[in-house]
Amino acid sequence: MTEKYETREHDILIIGAGGAGLRAAIEALAQGASVGVVCKSLLGKAHTVMAEGGIAAAMSNVDAADDWRTHFRDTMRGGKFLNNWRMAQIHAHESPERVRELEQWGALFDRTADGNILQRAFGGHSFKRLCHVGDRTGLEMIRTLQDRGVHMGFDVYMECAITRLLKDGERIAGALGYWRENGRFIVFKAKSIVIATGGIGKAWRITSNSWEYTGDGMALAYDAGAELMDMEFVQFHPTGMVWPPGVQGILVTEAVRGEGGVLTNKDGERFMQRYDPKKMELSTRDVVARAIYTEAREGRGTEHGGAYLDISHKPAEYVKKKLPSMYHQFRELADVDITKGPMEVGPTCHYMMGGIRVDAESAQTNVPGLFAAGEAAAGLHGANRLGGNSLSDLLVFGRRAGLAAAAQAKQTGPTAIDDAQVKDGTREMLEPFERSDGDSPYDVHRDLQETMQNYVGIFRNEEDLDRGLNELQKLKQRAAKVRVDGSRLFNPGWHLARDLKSMLTVSEAVALSALERRESRGAHSRIDYPNYDEQWSKLNNIIARDGETMRLRHRTIAEMPEDLKQIVEQT
Amino acid sequence: MADATFEVFRGDRESGELLEYHVPIAPGMVVLDALHYIQAHQAPDLAVRWNCKAGKCGSCSAEVNGRPRLTCKTRLDALPLDEPITVQPMKAFPVLKDLVTDVSWNYRVNKKILPFTPRPDAEWKMNQREVDRVQEFRKCIECFLCQNVCHVLRDHDKKEQFGGPRFFVRVAGLEMHPLDSLSRTQLLKNELGIGLCNITKCCTEVCPEDIHITDNAIIPLKERVVDDFYDPVRWFLRKLAGRKG
Repeated sequence: MTEKYETREHDILIIGAGGAGLRAAIEALAQGASVGVVCKSLLGKAHTVMAEGGIAAAMSNVDAADDWRTHFRDTMRGGKFLNNWRMAQIHAHESPERVRELEQWGALFDRTADGNILQRAFGGHSFKRLCHVGDRTGLEMIRTLQDRGVHMGFDVYMECAITRLLKDGERIAGALGYWRENGRFIVFKAKSIVIATGGIGKAWRITSNSWEYTGDGMALAYDAGAELMDMEFVQFHPTGMVWPPGVQGILVTEAVRGEGGVLTNKDGERFMQRYDPKKMELSTRDVVARAIYTEAREGRGTEHGGAYLDISHKPAEYVKKKLPSMYHQFRELADVDITKGPMEVGPTCHYMMGGIRVDAESAQTNVPGLFAAGEAAAGLHGANRLGGNSLSDLLVFGRRAGLAAAAQAKQTGPTAIDDAQVKDGTREMLEPFERSDGDSPYDVHRDLQETMQNYVGIFRNEEDLDRGLNELQKLKQRAAKVRVDGSRLFNPGWHLARDLKSMLTVSEAVALSALERRESRGAHSRIDYPNYDEQWSKLNNIIARDGETMRLRHRTIAEMPEDLKQIVEQT
Repeated sequence: MADATFEVFRGDRESGELLEYHVPIAPGMVVLDALHYIQAHQAPDLAVRWNCKAGKCGSCSAEVNGRPRLTCKTRLDALPLDEPITVQPMKAFPVLKDLVTDVSWNYRVNKKILPFTPRPDAEWKMNQREVDRVQEFRKCIECFLCQNVCHVLRDHDKKEQFGGPRFFVRVAGLEMHPLDSLSRTQLLKNELGIGLCNITKCCTEVCPEDIHITDNAIIPLKERVVDDFYDPVRWFLRKLAGRKG
């Protein structure tokens, strides 16, 4: 039986409506292209909305000595030099202009006394660099981009999920998806596609990520022949909520530490002294996350296995003004008044440094017509991302992806949709309804989260990773046979059954890359290889599909030009 | 561990009923946690919208015991547990399935609003005090609970004539932006029907972001409309200038 589907055509299809997707859409529209934006949730609910602390950009409004060179150096050092240096250079260069542009589109940042955009301190940044709006910077950013895009005239396909990229020979020709509301299929015909689907945190049990963060874009790209890179580098944010159980993992913004918050263990000791006496609480996220984890593991944790984070030494009004959503979040969900006492915090899976390998200038992948930007793309952050660099990443590389995708679309002749690929895709989606036995997708998801949490977490070793990979193979078999109850109308169980497939692909890529990198660097900590290894400092792990097998190879990082080397080496 | 009893609306555009579920209570549990438990253990196809689970995205709006709430911020320990907790979709919007409603009308209204248009001579300097005033409106997370309780929409279904509190808040954010150059009073009066609001403040009461919707957005906007359209001097000047009223 052939499933019916509707067809829509655009020059450019953008998958994902967070900061990167929306910024790409705006740029492509400005080039005169017809643009479709597909998102799994309603417009304006993407993960960007949850970003709190700010956008890193060397505007030098607060610290006059800041400039792009320092931002570049901080980013490279934070990423333990595994970053794509050209991306880091472009990012540091272009961020201030991207922030100014947001302001000109209506974003309202907090101000300095002389009326400029205010900037705050954050971990790993040498100067006060994060442009912010209290602790709801992401909301400000997404609303601004959303309204800009809507008025420029993109078509938004809300609550629509893409399940497969369609190709015409080697190049991209479109995508197959379904409407969450009614379960009907839709085929998009497009000359270029930009993947801006964000990260993969839902594969872990303790995460700050929403249900959408299932690695769809990375898995779609991988299936279509694109390469993934640096997949071992998963950021565990040091401060997630730990209590009560229902809120475990919800983000506590780094801005708490940026505004002067202090970390202590159950003995009242300010333990960061032992891990990074120079930067203390404002050390990079990888270091602080490991410190909190270690304190708890060695018996110095709080009642619920975390650390205390205290900002109550600051005036209550100041805390409420600078950290309003943290104030409400703790008061309403944990019965804690953060102006009076400490929060309990612990590491939470937060961000993916790795992702789809792209060209630094154009955000193009190795598949013709396929682009990627934002968290779904790899390169800018290397082995560890600095706070605030993700929002600027979305703007800088979202724009570049939109620009390049539009240029590509102009040069491309007509592409054809291969009906066999569509048929295969719809058949695969409908299979779970035909089974009367098999696991519930929720059960498989729960077991996947346990596997990744236990064996592919903050601290890793060969034995755990082997075991994790082994478990993942079993989970893949179970996931291929899950049972779905109910109809195709807005059915979260069915949606999860598909999302599981993406999560399993990216989870395997993470575990495989983590096993291969026999050293510790940034967010990747191997107990059995606790030190840096010079050999590994020049290598990226690359994952690509070879038939049904996942293959890993090494790629040597290009030598940095002399002028950039000098910047990085400066003290 | 004790159980809580839930009665959750299950149904679609045509019909539906409240179905009973039992959920073990955990410390600090919120209604959205319970809905997730029901999905994972009893009703895998229960349709619920959610994203951040931290009150930042405004996706999980529903009516809990008849009160419009974000389910991610509604604690079980704040509800009477000796009787069933009812969870129903927002009443002012058509049901798609279970707790998910069709809110697309809101996105259509938003498109009508003239975007931010800076003054050509803007120097992009602003002081925090003037920014504070507008930031209040920009806190809105678009949960649409204000739209859901507004009588004009909920009881009188005047969606064709009225924009609703959410969009008055949005317009207020633009009109009071220190560097914006447009006037949107005509839009407020004609297309968004601000005159239909009779200031019952229901919207303000349900706003999870504590935006003073009525006092700080709607009333000042109503005043602007009155100034522009019902002030005789301005009326005369407008006549002279030949602008449409």
